[in-house]
Amino acid sequence: MKIGVVTFPGTLDDRDAARAVRIAGAEVVSLWHADANLHKVDAVVLPGGFSYGDYLRCGAIAAQAPVTQAIVEAAKGGLPVLGICNGFQVLVESHLLPGGLIRNEHRHFICRDQQLRVENVDTPWTNQFVQDEIISIPLKNGEGGYIASAEDLARIEGEGLVAFRYVGGNPNGSMADIAGLRNERGNVVGLMPHPEHAVEAGFGPDTDLAMRSGVDGLKFFTSVMKALVNA
Amino acid sequence: MSVTVDTTANAAATPDKAQPWKELGLKQDEYDRIKDILGRRPTSAELAMYSVMWSEHCSYKSSKIYLRQFGEKVTDEMKKNLMVGMGENAGVVDIGEGWAVTFKVESHNHPSYIEPFQGAATGVGGIVRDILTMGARPIAVMDQLRFGEVANEDTARVVHGVVDGISFYGNCLGLPNIGGETVFDKVYQGNPLVNALSVGALRHEDLVLAKASNPGDQVILFGARTGADGISGVSVLASETFDSTGPSRRPAVQVGDPFAEKVLIECCLELYAAGVVAGIQDLGGAGLSCATSELASNGNAGMRVQLQDVLKRDESLTPEEILMSESQERMMGIVPKKHLKEFIKIVEKWEVEYSVLGEVIDEPRLYINWGKEEIVNVPPRTVAHDGPVYERPVKKPTWIAALNADSAKSLPRATTSTELATQLVQIISSPNQASKSWVTDQYDRYVGGNTALAQPDDSGMVRVSEETGLGVAIATDANGRYGQLDPYAGAQLALAEAYRNVASSGAVPSAVTNCLNFGSPENPEVMWQFKQATAGLADGCLELGIPVTGGNVSFYNQTGDVAIHPTPVVGVLGVIDDVARRIPSGWQDEGHNIYLLGTTKDELDGSVWSGVLHDHLGGKPPVVDLKHEKALAELLHGASLQGLLASAHDLSEAGLAQAVAESSFRFGVGARIWLGELCERDGVDLTAALFSESTGRVLVSVGREDDVKFVGLCEARGIPVLRIGVTDGSGETAKLEIKDVADFNLAELKGEWKATLPELFG
Repeated sequence: MKIGVVTFPGTLDDRDAARAVRIAGAEVVSLWHADANLHKVDAVVLPGGFSYGDYLRCGAIAAQAPVTQAIVEAAKGGLPVLGICNGFQVLVESHLLPGGLIRNEHRHFICRDQQLRVENVDTPWTNQFVQDEIISIPLKNGEGGYIASAEDLARIEGEGLVAFRYVGGNPNGSMADIAGLRNERGNVVGLMPHPEHAVEAGFGPDTDLAMRSGVDGLKFFTSVMKALVNA
Repeated sequence: MSVTVDTTANAAATPDKAQPWKELGLKQDEYDRIKDILGRRPTSAELAMYSVMWSEHCSYKSSKIYLRQFGEKVTDEMKKNLMVGMGENAGVVDIGEGWAVTFKVESHNHPSYIEPFQGAATGVGGIVRDILTMGARPIAVMDQLRFGEVANEDTARVVHGVVDGISFYGNCLGLPNIGGETVFDKVYQGNPLVNALSVGALRHEDLVLAKASNPGDQVILFGARTGADGISGVSVLASETFDSTGPSRRPAVQVGDPFAEKVLIECCLELYAAGVVAGIQDLGGAGLSCATSELASNGNAGMRVQLQDVLKRDESLTPEEILMSESQERMMGIVPKKHLKEFIKIVEKWEVEYSVLGEVIDEPRLYINWGKEEIVNVPPRTVAHDGPVYERPVKKPTWIAALNADSAKSLPRATTSTELATQLVQIISSPNQASKSWVTDQYDRYVGGNTALAQPDDSGMVRVSEETGLGVAIATDANGRYGQLDPYAGAQLALAEAYRNVASSGAVPSAVTNCLNFGSPENPEVMWQFKQATAGLADGCLELGIPVTGGNVSFYNQTGDVAIHPTPVVGVLGVIDDVARRIPSGWQDEGHNIYLLGTTKDELDGSVWSGVLHDHLGGKPPVVDLKHEKALAELLHGASLQGLLASAHDLSEAGLAQAVAESSFRFGVGARIWLGELCERDGVDLTAALFSESTGRVLVSVGREDDVKFVGLCEARGIPVLRIGVTDGSGETAKLEIKDVADFNLAELKGEWKATLPELFG
């Protein structure tokens, strides 16, 4: 099982995403922004960071990168793609997911352990969760406010495209508390919080049981393994 | 544009030409010395180089004679794990298993007052590049911030700018911010302190020293283009030598591009890994003047450089401006010719611009040409390392005796439990004692996936080896109020606290860095404070047996004639064999016993209690007992190895009251505390029991099953131990119950503690 982890100039969480993939038991293939060859990977993770400095608009330049163009094509053919934070922004800028992400309404970068409700378990990235399960994974962003037109929002809700919603406080002013989305087919999932930071006990969010013991993020990666085995 | 360049030939031919050495900050005897060294007057380019490299900031001319003791007051045992000591870009410490770490703290105070956002941002950028030059991958950052008082209307400007700047720049680098300090005091009103610390990790064999020693190696400038930022005095020169107009704007503060820095970090790490560089030096203060002269001087070699080949943002830059520019995100690589192709391949992969400026030569001479004209011809050592050294006059301040005599003992104390309870709330919700999460939540503490501890725990801790869990803990501390009362003790108190913080996390304190923030060295009283503080720190390190690996001095922190309080920020690095063994700073479980280690004296001089409740600063700071601190650290390590400690929180500012409150807040677990026995054993009243800042104390929680073992361990090691309570209750009904004081609802109390900074700045 080979999962590609993309590095753009300015990507920050690629090593974390690669670690998460390894812990889940898959082989990591590093994908470079300038190389359109996906090296026959079975799935792709677009990690967080500030690709190309997030100049112009978050994720806008990365959306034009050769590797992204290849990913967009492959996603249309059903390749499982997970976009985390900046990766989510890239997916939105690539029009694989609807809407946009703007500056947090309080204008500050925010880093905190965030609770989410899993709204849709019918994707290769969420099949190991229980419907409406509350999970806790770290959130850290400056431009995580989700927006969409009234029309898009109605469609998103109507077609059940919300994958995750913020609970216990909306951290960035996102419309309808939307933290993450899936596409119609379900193979593409994007979210602002960082599942790759909650995969290893000791380095994740605090839980009631012990400090930094949260590993809810690991299920994103075991989900895709399951999906690929069943595929 | 017609340019008249001041060549070395011209300088020799016009010995009596008037030069603006004074305007560039040089003294008459310094200018005369330059002429002696060169056997002629310097060219304007040489004058630019010497003036900036012989500045206080770069040459440490006032502090050098005192900093020597950090290298002298050491034992062989202390040097055992020191792979690189003071004098390099950053010290390197062997932490075992073939791993080493390098860490350093540096100031960016003055730029951060003029332009808080860029000043703070580039402060982070600069320290990270220092770490990189040792061949290490930067793995974490911390910031030590000091602002004016919250009531002053200018404070918010500086706070927002600095915090946004660190957030903007640091978060883009992919380095977790694992802690630091935020302090408000009116002495920092016109002179905030922005210190930044970075730590990096490397395998022993990957250690690189920034030097140019092999003739023929290529000298390559890579990274961002050179612009007019960070140039200060050079306009004086420009008006002397140029007849056309230069760049229209010459900002004194550098402007940072964190994206360029992130790419540069990855690029440099790939260059090191490929083995294609002999050394890399960062361009920070003094820019190219510093990089060229230091690389050549460090390698006992020389260099030939063509300055016109520097890639510029602005073609109108003069040679002098190029030499002095402090444009950020630039590196100078020394590359063996045979690796040049591979070097170029890697920098091009990262889309980093580069230009070959020249080569290393055998002769210990730095030649810089502007086209065909030679504009610099100097021995590099005289620029980089043999700058002036001053033994400035010192004078014990006359006011200090009166200040020391004005003890907090005469201040009124609470007479009722209601009054004590009100004071406790007032103190823990005061700006300096309140939760700092408004600041730290703006920083990414997760990136890298190796953060084991971060704010609000006592130390930051990161894993270095993913195989074994080997890691490092870092804590930094400084208390300017103590420093003002007694700078010798103040430095030792900062050291003792950082040391205790690291020990409380379960790590073994192993090395020290420092950032010494003081007023003007030209004031003999400030120089006395500096002398006392450095002696205190060096003596303290010797007693604790941990070496100083490097540091930074920042002088001239004053407004008019009024200096800041002496603020020696001390950073202690500890090693932990497995970060899984780390100890949090708050209780996680109910039903554990709470013990106070160490004894409490009536020590309220300089305390938070005296400052917050009485706006008082006087008397003598708490007594430091480093022998006891060492024994305490060894006890904590021993107990943590046996898994006896569920939590540990050091006592410092605002004493036991603060520690008990924070330990409860950490995981929302309440406690019942009784202080009767403590008061009786130590002969203190409730005010002292709660708010005294006696040193050498740690609050720990221990599971009942480990009780006997733990108390036995303390007694065997002669550490005073007293059970002062139990952990009890969690959730919304949890209480912090302090007998004879009050029953606080924990959530409400935590609310007060958390609300202060958001209310002021949110």
